[in-house]
Amino acid sequence: MKVSVDEDKCCGAGTCVLLAPEVFDQRDDDGIVVLLDAEPPEGLHTIVREAASVCPAAAIGLIG
Amino acid sequence: MNTPSSVLVVGASAGGLATAEALRRKGYQGDLTLLDAEPHLPYDRPPLSKQVLSGAWDPERTRLRSAEALATLGAEFVLADPAVGLDLATRTVHTASGRALRADAIVLATGLRPRRLPGQAGLAGVHVLRTLDDAAALRADLLTGARLVVVGDGVLGAEIAATARGMGHDVTLAGPQRAPMASQVGPTVAGLLGELHTERGVRLRPGAGVSGLTGRGGRVTGVRLDNGEVLPADVVVVAIGADPVTGWLAGSGLPVGNGVVCDSRCRAAAGIYAVGDVARWHHDRLDTSLRLENRTNATEQAGVVAANILGEEQAYAPVPYFWTDQFDTKVQVHGTLSADAEVTIVDGAVADRRFVALYRRAGRATGVLGWNMPKQTRLRRQEALDQRDEDGIVVLLDSDPPAELAADVEQAAMVCPALAITVER
Repeated sequence: MKVSVDEDKCCGAGTCVLLAPEVFDQRDDDGIVVLLDAEPPEGLHTIVREAASVCPAAAIGLIG
Repeated sequence: MNTPSSVLVVGASAGGLATAEALRRKGYQGDLTLLDAEPHLPYDRPPLSKQVLSGAWDPERTRLRSAEALATLGAEFVLADPAVGLDLATRTVHTASGRALRADAIVLATGLRPRRLPGQAGLAGVHVLRTLDDAAALRADLLTGARLVVVGDGVLGAEIAATARGMGHDVTLAGPQRAPMASQVGPTVAGLLGELHTERGVRLRPGAGVSGLTGRGGRVTGVRLDNGEVLPADVVVVAIGADPVTGWLAGSGLPVGNGVVCDSRCRAAAGIYAVGDVARWHHDRLDTSLRLENRTNATEQAGVVAANILGEEQAYAPVPYFWTDQFDTKVQVHGTLSADAEVTIVDGAVADRRFVALYRRAGRATGVLGWNMPKQTRLRRQEALDQRDEDGIVVLLDSDPPAELAADVEQAAMVCPALAITVER
């Protein structure tokens, strides 16, 4: 699985961080998403898929 | 209930799409159909009043998923065909074009329809903003007319005013409240929003009752206030709220009253569920019937509905969340903010236009609002709200968590200072 984020779309809700803090964080100054792990281990794939699906700005892209 | 072999989702916007995705993620392999009145594949609405209206984004950029991602979903999209009737006994939805779509489970995600002013229909230059086509029409009209009056001082009206002002238009924001969004964020923050708009050149008309529109030759010329004054306008946007799209359910026997009435599982009847703006459900933790018109609710509720369709019994009890971007200000709201709440600044400073405010009622935290501090706001939300509202006692969100969380859960049980967590393998 490869994860990508679109900083321009991100609204700073932090929904992804609440679900998968191992993979996502937010910038301190403006809350925009920070991708911590672009190729997360298999054990996190389900929760990362959920994070991508529920992101309120559709800012998370997945391949695989 | 047995696992259904067919699911029909009425409404292919954020909530409908998220329901379909959650079903597949949870292993559902049966038929999946998404029906929508609009001709577009799923797109996102929050950018319509901001990036799409300003022209910063091409409308295509609002597409919620790529063509590849939609293909992977394995769903049939039936578009440009509004639902017109529901037969509960056979779980069949009838459409305007004459289709009859039957399914074992039906999800109602038909969203909202904007309210309009009397006399609006016959006048050119008067707009609502809900759909991609609405946004395109408003933008086209704004490019030819200089003076905009926005009727309605809620979130949408305030966003449209900010965007249009950013485009260089002469903008008046008229609404009944003392300051924009006062009913959503309380008087203090609404006052700051009002200052922001005024500084940037939006003309505010707080406390204004609107009695109608004026026009000449079939085109709007102004907005008439209760006191008889007319605000001159080349273009008018009416943003006075919206009603759940439930008219097509009349006579179906489904309980409808300011939305589709559901239990705490978001179930309206056997095999019938509702998601998003249209769903009124019982929020167990707040012990009230609730309908939320925000983007995050649509996708969070979708996850619970998908689980319940597949035989789980999950109650939906979210911490409500919405955000708004106006000019260069990002406001984030987690939880509920009542107008009479006690408001304390817990991070940053109002003078710096960067702060987090905690809202308390009867001594208990009910909500957190951030002004240009999204991350810090989310951290405060986790600290203040992600526990049982009334007493902070642990809330078990998932009694049978997936295997990958086993180590974390055992760790939590081990470190719980009250030994209140039991884990059975």
